[in-house]
Amino acid sequence: MRVYMDNGATTRVTEPVMAAMQPYFCEIFGNPSSVHGFGREARKAVEAARAQVAKAIGAQPREIYFTGCGTEADNWALRGAAYANIRKGKHIITTNFEHHAILHTCQQLEKEGFEVTYLPVDSDGLIAPEQLEAAIRPDTTIVSIMYANNEIGTIEPIPALAQVAKAHGVLFHTDAVQAIGHVAIDVKAQNIDLLSMSGHKFHAPKGIGVLYIRQGVRLERLMQGGAQERAQRPGTENLAGIVGIGKAIELVTEDIEARAAEMRKVRDHLIDRIMKEIPYTKLNGHPTQRMCGNVNVSFQFIEGESLLLHLDLKGIAASSGSACTSGSLDPSHVLLAIGLPHEIAHGSLRLSLCEENTIEEADYVADALVEIVARLRAMSPLYDDFLKGQDTESTCGTCPRT
Amino acid sequence: MEYTEQVMDHFMNPRNMGEMENPSGVGTVGNAKCGDIMRIYIKVEDDVITDVKFKTFGCGAAIATSSKATELVKGKTLDEALQITNKMVMDALGGLPPVKVHCSVLAEEALHAAIQDYKDRLARGEKPAEEEEEVRYV
Repeated sequence: MRVYMDNGATTRVTEPVMAAMQPYFCEIFGNPSSVHGFGREARKAVEAARAQVAKAIGAQPREIYFTGCGTEADNWALRGAAYANIRKGKHIITTNFEHHAILHTCQQLEKEGFEVTYLPVDSDGLIAPEQLEAAIRPDTTIVSIMYANNEIGTIEPIPALAQVAKAHGVLFHTDAVQAIGHVAIDVKAQNIDLLSMSGHKFHAPKGIGVLYIRQGVRLERLMQGGAQERAQRPGTENLAGIVGIGKAIELVTEDIEARAAEMRKVRDHLIDRIMKEIPYTKLNGHPTQRMCGNVNVSFQFIEGESLLLHLDLKGIAASSGSACTSGSLDPSHVLLAIGLPHEIAHGSLRLSLCEENTIEEADYVADALVEIVARLRAMSPLYDDFLKGQDTESTCGTCPRT
Repeated sequence: MEYTEQVMDHFMNPRNMGEMENPSGVGTVGNAKCGDIMRIYIKVEDDVITDVKFKTFGCGAAIATSSKATELVKGKTLDEALQITNKMVMDALGGLPPVKVHCSVLAEEALHAAIQDYKDRLARGEKPAEEEEEVRYV
């Protein structure tokens, strides 16, 4: 059996999306900026997709800008707003558990002379509106808070947070890369000024993203070039990708409540089985304010990469926040931000579902986990010492990484 | 990142995994905070390592190098065992991805710590066959 539960990393392009894109490689291939018939039919497809994206989040088509990926949309929102509003001030507010597309952009802006406040999340991964209220200063220009966390699935109270920003006349950006298709989003009702998304997280292909820019919000451009995307984002349009993201967002947002309810059933079945059948396990992220497809657990006394390798050998795709899988010295900054000790963060596992995952697959994964966790604990000196009531202390004196 | 067949074999079928009753020496190195801890138990008779066991908390490379190191050391004299380097463990596994090289260093150090523990016990005049293990903090 092969089970794909790494939809937070990327999703497969579904057949209807592929079918919608198919004609836009060999048959309809014109440059949307060209005046001839080839160009006009391409332009028509781009504008139809723009309308689909706009409708899915309650925006106007003219507020939708296609980008190369979610990271570009995040960079553009932050840098664009920071520089466009530099006369008002140089203060930015975000959180300490954003995606690197936000965090590293903020760190770069700090090097360029901006000041950034990183709001700390609580142990469930939530930011309270009062925290934001207290952090806003007269020179604050933009607030960026993710809609839902990519690792632990916690959904932030975005409408309330955006309301605070609005009351202070500060721009509000949200990185909704993980949230599209999982949470109902209405940018107008929720007072969102800027919103990033990435097609490949919801069954469109890789290489296509969107930045929603509320009408009237001015951003500096990231790149210089042609007059595409209302002269704000130069570069010949990714025609097939744009058609794909339009179709994909239409499919994942129509009837979103029913779709999310179905995913929640599989998610909760999986969480229930893991928590009941595997002792010394912690569910990371908010128990209820979490994405319908997210499962994130820490198994004490074992390390995440070993777990992933064993799962992979059983045909199961998942991810972990351990240092060994991040390629850095530290485990995931998200798990540290919610206050997990390093050794618990190393034993974390994320299973991210899409609407195609079944109860049967959840059972297969739960069965595999019971077996693998027991096997890894049997070879863990930490587990031995725990059972004997001893502390396993050691220093990092021999660790060449420190 | 790709592991060699040998690494995956030792990861899936670790040799000498387990605890040891009355070991002659025990070495524990690493740190749970960094994500890997290795513990190696040795049984020494007439200066020869007659038995060896390990327990490891860590990634695939950490488990495989622990397993390989125990295989290499079994039946060796203490002096021979001290000649075993992380490079030898790594080579015997067909190499490791660059970010995983530190795991083979831990295997070498766990082994050296176990031998040192045995020597310390001897120097203290302890009978090596003791139930109460002493964990070395290196």
